[in-house]
Amino acid sequence: MTAPAVMSTPPVAAASRLLMSGNEAVARAVWEAGTRVAAAYPGTPSTEMLECLAGYPDLYTEWSVNEKVSLEVAFGAAMAGSRSFCAMKHVGMNVASDALMTMTLTGVSGGLLIAIADDVGLSSSQNEQDSRYWGRFAHVPLLEPADSQEAYDFALAAFELSERFQVPVILRLTTRICHVKGVVSVGTRTERPVAGFTKDVGRWVMVPSAAGRRLPLMFDRERRLRAEAEVSPFNFADSGSDRRVGFITSGPTYLHVRESFPDAPVYKLGLSFPLPFDSLRRFAATCEQAVVVEEVEPLIETELMAQGIAVTGKQILPLSGELSPQVLQPAVARLLGEALPEQAKTAPLKVFPRPPTMCVACPHLGVYYTLSQLRNVTISGDIGCYTLGFGQPWNALDACISMGASMGMALGLDKGRSAAEKDKKIVAVIGDSTFLHMGMQGLLDIVYNRGNVTVLLLDNRAVGMTGGQDNPGSGRDIHGEEAPRVDFVTLVKALGVREERVHLVNAYELPVLLKTLREETRIPEPSVIITGQPCVLIKDYHALKPYMVIDDRCTGCGNCIDVGCPAIHVTRRDRVKKASGRAVDLAFVRIESAACTGCGLCLKPCAPDAIVHVDTLAMPIKVVRKGAELSQNS
Amino acid sequence: MSARCKYDTTNILVVGTGGQGVMTATEILAEAAIALGHDAKKTEVAGMAQRGGVVSSHLRFGQKVLSPQISPGSADVLLGFEAAEAMRWRHMLRPDGLVLMNTGRLVPPIVELGLYDYPDDPVAEMRAAGTRVFSFDASSIALELGEIRLGNTVMLGAISDHLPFPAEVLEHCILQRFARKKAAIVELNRRAFAAGRAAAEAAARADADAASAA
Repeated sequence: MTAPAVMSTPPVAAASRLLMSGNEAVARAVWEAGTRVAAAYPGTPSTEMLECLAGYPDLYTEWSVNEKVSLEVAFGAAMAGSRSFCAMKHVGMNVASDALMTMTLTGVSGGLLIAIADDVGLSSSQNEQDSRYWGRFAHVPLLEPADSQEAYDFALAAFELSERFQVPVILRLTTRICHVKGVVSVGTRTERPVAGFTKDVGRWVMVPSAAGRRLPLMFDRERRLRAEAEVSPFNFADSGSDRRVGFITSGPTYLHVRESFPDAPVYKLGLSFPLPFDSLRRFAATCEQAVVVEEVEPLIETELMAQGIAVTGKQILPLSGELSPQVLQPAVARLLGEALPEQAKTAPLKVFPRPPTMCVACPHLGVYYTLSQLRNVTISGDIGCYTLGFGQPWNALDACISMGASMGMALGLDKGRSAAEKDKKIVAVIGDSTFLHMGMQGLLDIVYNRGNVTVLLLDNRAVGMTGGQDNPGSGRDIHGEEAPRVDFVTLVKALGVREERVHLVNAYELPVLLKTLREETRIPEPSVIITGQPCVLIKDYHALKPYMVIDDRCTGCGNCIDVGCPAIHVTRRDRVKKASGRAVDLAFVRIESAACTGCGLCLKPCAPDAIVHVDTLAMPIKVVRKGAELSQNS
Repeated sequence: MSARCKYDTTNILVVGTGGQGVMTATEILAEAAIALGHDAKKTEVAGMAQRGGVVSSHLRFGQKVLSPQISPGSADVLLGFEAAEAMRWRHMLRPDGLVLMNTGRLVPPIVELGLYDYPDDPVAEMRAAGTRVFSFDASSIALELGEIRLGNTVMLGAISDHLPFPAEVLEHCILQRFARKKAAIVELNRRAFAAGRAAAEAAARADADAASAA
């Protein structure tokens, strides 16, 4: 498996030097802090925090249906006086923020830590957001570690801060912390007494009058937190001999700055909201000029400027992506009017792109192959592996913005269609976990408002993209133990989809899938087609006998390549002239039988029956293993 | 403003495609460095790599490591698990750096569809561009040993004589990972490591012969 290694049985005793990712380090600290409840919805790059925590003893962990619910669960535990934790990727907080914006008024009893992982550089996300805004927006303190050791230290300290100020604390991570492994010194768990829930309607029931009374408390808390930031050991200045430029920075960019400008003074912000204005003003005065280095938005820069502290930042640095040494060094050289630092250059060589692909035998392959055969259709898509359907060879997904949005977008595409698009078919594609996360409400809206949308619910019993985590549709909990499994057919019928319009179809039965799709897109009412074949990377998937190509039977039509399976390879290409005079390109193929798991999707488009089971010709081909994986530790 | 680094670090870039075990291999290299008392950081951006995409894993170790990222033009060794991927990342190498690469190919659907071409001869192209390359067919070596998954142990064997510490330290770290498994698996990995080491040595000899002939 390529999903970052999960510590299935994490060491519970203290060990001095452990190689840990930022995510593993946070999980370790959360456990040591005596946390009793931890909840999350998977999302890159945050997923491993809960995966790892689930392996520790003496605390409750769960995969929640979405980030908002996970935060509410963690908050409930904090109301009850337990230390609690919740983790999400940046876009998760967009979903959870409704809860956050009011729990900042009530505050917490037990410590509550919220880890938000920003995908700076968009390695696996639909946008690039700066979660440091949430500290400002919700008036809660925000900590920014630079590496695994700080991720551990800050997470541990965050609980103390949370309880001392009775406020949820945000730990802002980025991909370059979550997925970087470094050496961490750890301790061991301390159990803490749990105060229990104290009834207090003025505090916990946020009706307007009560909430209004708590607003001044929130602002006073922010003033006290700003004073805390002035004395926090997490905020400090490194003196430097070259005072032409001083740097103010937070998070992993601190390491990039130190690496790039070893002699420069640097102010490092660990508790980066509220900002310690006095300390920063004093620091800026010691340098000829001050440059703020922050990923992504100019938040520190703007707030310092508003305080009358002269700084430069996004005028010389990019507003997106990582601020690595290769970005910082030329920008600062330009600022100083210096020649760019001499760097030995090795020219890049031109190589084809290698976008992510769907797996060998993935049940989505057949769905997208079928969708690619529909004409006059707009396909509203969603977040998951199946987003890849937009690409080659399928070109069968036309929109994707956020979790669950395929439903609402499809209804809007239906209601807002132009006169010329009167007969256009509207299809929405969504996965099982995404549907349960935020898609159900959209389908209810389609039904309630009598939309003409055909929904494809691709139930592969896993959160595939993040590594096959369990969800309420998989029938297993975070520990892999049996759990109640939602019945999608009953669920969509309960939302009001008529029984005749709900179909359970095998994703590998292409003719049935195509026929059902054609019929349902013709009928002007909501319908749902559910596929139920499991993700090939989870244990529910069982590999079948692999296939091979009989070389002399292959006519080079290339139809099988259009399925998009990575196990099909071209052996030679040719170009022939048809009787009509038209030139046709031919591609003769072979199947990588060691990778093939016998799903049979490529058989359907093969006219000459050139694809057969490997033992049909009694040829001994050793099957190495299912899938195309080569990793050691799976 | 000076761009020098206060600390001497060794920069190793391990590249390949999702599912080849690139990240695991880098992690084992990091463990070996830590076992010897080095500070070490390992990083990669591989969010969607599970889907057969590009994976590049950075390892930096030394007395003290600051930024986890290797800057372009500063990798000491490039360990390529797949031929075209080694080519893709050559610009990360120091001009006098070394490429140790598998000549085995993983051809993606985008090439099979005829939209792009796979390079004819990645090794030759890299050499023509002035890079020192030791190449060998790690995929075949692994398959001959009976398990394509042994590929990353073969690759680790190949790099083991090009590290600032003895090959035995790395071998020990690998075998320790399998200590709880069957003795046969430990033995297979021992053989894979030795085979990779021998393959890199043979490639180095061939390279030296070619250089003296020229």
